[in-house]
Amino acid sequence: MNRISLDNVTKVFNQGRPNEYAAIRGVSLTIEPNKVTCLKGPSGSGKSTLLSMIGCLSRPSSGRIHLGDQMISGLPERFLTDIRRHTFGFIFQQFNLIAGLSVIENVILPAYPLAPDHQSLMMRAHELLARFELDHKADSQVQWLSGGEAQRAAICRALINNPQILIADEPTANLDTKLSHAFMGQMSQLRKLGKTVLITSHDPVVFDSPVVDSVVELLDGSVFLGEEHAA
Amino acid sequence: MSFIRRQRYLVDYILSSMLRRKGKNFGLMLVYSLIVFMLASVMLFTHALKQEMGLLLQASPEIILQRMVAGRHDFIPETYLEKMGRIRGVTERKGRLWGYLYDPSVKANYTLMVAEDQALDATEVIIGSAIARARGIVPGDYITFRSFDGESYSFQIKSLLDHETEIVSADLVLLNRKAYRALFGVGEGVYTDIVLSVSNAREVPKIAEKLVQRLPDTRPILKQEVLRTYDAIFSWRQGILFVLLAGAIMAFVIFAWDKASGLSAEEKREIGILKSIGWETSDVLHMKFWEGAVVSLLSFFIGYLFAYLHVFYASASLFEPVLKGWAVLYPQFQLIPSVDGLQVATLFFFTVFPYVVATIIPIWQVAITDPDAVMR
Amino acid sequence: MRKSDHFFILLLTMATLFLVSLVDTARGVAESTVRMDRTRSLISQLGLSDPALFTEARYTRHLSQADLHSAFQDHPMAMEHFPSGSLLMPPQHEAGK
Repeated sequence: MNRISLDNVTKVFNQGRPNEYAAIRGVSLTIEPNKVTCLKGPSGSGKSTLLSMIGCLSRPSSGRIHLGDQMISGLPERFLTDIRRHTFGFIFQQFNLIAGLSVIENVILPAYPLAPDHQSLMMRAHELLARFELDHKADSQVQWLSGGEAQRAAICRALINNPQILIADEPTANLDTKLSHAFMGQMSQLRKLGKTVLITSHDPVVFDSPVVDSVVELLDGSVFLGEEHAA
Repeated sequence: MSFIRRQRYLVDYILSSMLRRKGKNFGLMLVYSLIVFMLASVMLFTHALKQEMGLLLQASPEIILQRMVAGRHDFIPETYLEKMGRIRGVTERKGRLWGYLYDPSVKANYTLMVAEDQALDATEVIIGSAIARARGIVPGDYITFRSFDGESYSFQIKSLLDHETEIVSADLVLLNRKAYRALFGVGEGVYTDIVLSVSNAREVPKIAEKLVQRLPDTRPILKQEVLRTYDAIFSWRQGILFVLLAGAIMAFVIFAWDKASGLSAEEKREIGILKSIGWETSDVLHMKFWEGAVVSLLSFFIGYLFAYLHVFYASASLFEPVLKGWAVLYPQFQLIPSVDGLQVATLFFFTVFPYVVATIIPIWQVAITDPDAVMR
Repeated sequence: MRKSDHFFILLLTMATLFLVSLVDTARGVAESTVRMDRTRSLISQLGLSDPALFTEARYTRHLSQADLHSAFQDHPMAMEHFPSGSLLMPPQHEAGK
């Protein structure tokens, strides 16, 4: 089980230019494994930037990020991609499914660069779809899915490489309350499976949810206040 | 093994992706195949024709001797056969009688030729298959020619020249010497030209030199010159066709460039998504390579194979109007399949390679963007 | 079957046909020997020097025999292969027939 710890992490965009802008300023925090953590804050508070650094999508300007014993903040992109593929699953705002492809094709996309055996990959994908009650839609195109189905397809895609940590960026931004609650239900299911879940949101349905173990509030790129929730 | 597996997945993806715009991609492939088809047809056709003429004309006489009068080709007196004397290396020499006859009824030019060894009567002719087709006549029928003095002469068609030799005999009319002289008003004692056979090809230039010395008003035409002429003429025809095609090719290049290089916002977004879910830059580039390869490889093969069938199994029927020009008589012929490996390789390189490059280059810019771009 | 399988099978088929076409060239030569021999014997018998591909005019019918600079002759509708030919229309009374 890998704990994620951030030590005085900053991220500066357009460094050295007149429009220089610090999105994250000296954030230190620890994300416990097998918990659901929520990064909360208004838009522009730096949630997504922080999330992308934790998820190895980008690197901090300064400071360190550890994944377990490994320092990931200094690794070159090639290694970051490798870690990202095996360790993280991503769920994006608007789900970012690729239109025109079928549900199953979308779900197995993250596995392509790893090139697993096709048969076992398809089996795994169908298992995942079945778990999220989407198996009957496997061959339909993603643009015909309802909001809830698209959301579940996105979760399946995030899980296809069996990652330890799941990262969700504003997952409920385009969902109604009912679907948002359903999403949180799915997150608790994932925690039961032993996954670490990291969510950014400014949606009370998310950060007030009993599923969330801890909330980290961000404001203008710094940790505003840490609040512990009872699970 | 894992490399192959990965490429197969990438092909899976790009095919799914391309099938979303079926019309556009199949349309592109159709135009692409058509261009390859045209280029390959011209290439195969001219190459095979050159090859065939080269092989056939080896049998033509080593030297043809024409007499020039005031800079124009004229009849050559029989006496020239003796006048040239014995020349070492010449195995055979004989005078030919031939000429052209314009037939107003089908607006065609015939080549009339005296054939001594066919044992024809003065009222008999042997004609080439293309004439028989154009006039709709068969052996046993009569054909009428108007002579130089306005008389009409009818000839019975004894037989047709072998259909298989049409490429050289389509418009030939073989006739008796007497009939020839009556038809054209050519007196005794002259020939159209004299042909010489030489057993050793290396002696030909020396012999030609001697001929010009002994008969200063003649012009020898050597077989090597004839072969060179045909080599040049087919290159020239090929060049004309390529020039005509250039417009079409340019239009295609612009279209393909636009299609291949113009990245839509949607495509950019998709690449962003792929990168964010763990695809590396190299994965994206490989995937794009396959897009170019799928279109260009299939188009090349389709175009080339159809060109092959067209040229060697359909008698290059699309080129008939081009070669035929204003002619009425056109031989039906099947060329010997013959392929120049270097030409095919060149065609392959110039049709497949640029397209693949045009597909990959613009993607480079997008593929190296940060994977977190979708989250911003 | 996967989409890539379809593609690779198609590609393989095409490549095979391509190779077949190359093999076909060898076969073609053997099959045409009879025709070639017959044509060659006719050529040597009559002393022919040119193919009957361009029969429209004297200087195109026997390209090797004609003075290559003798344009504007023969068939009234003949187009020139010289640039000047593209400037001159064929005689109108003939064209109208």
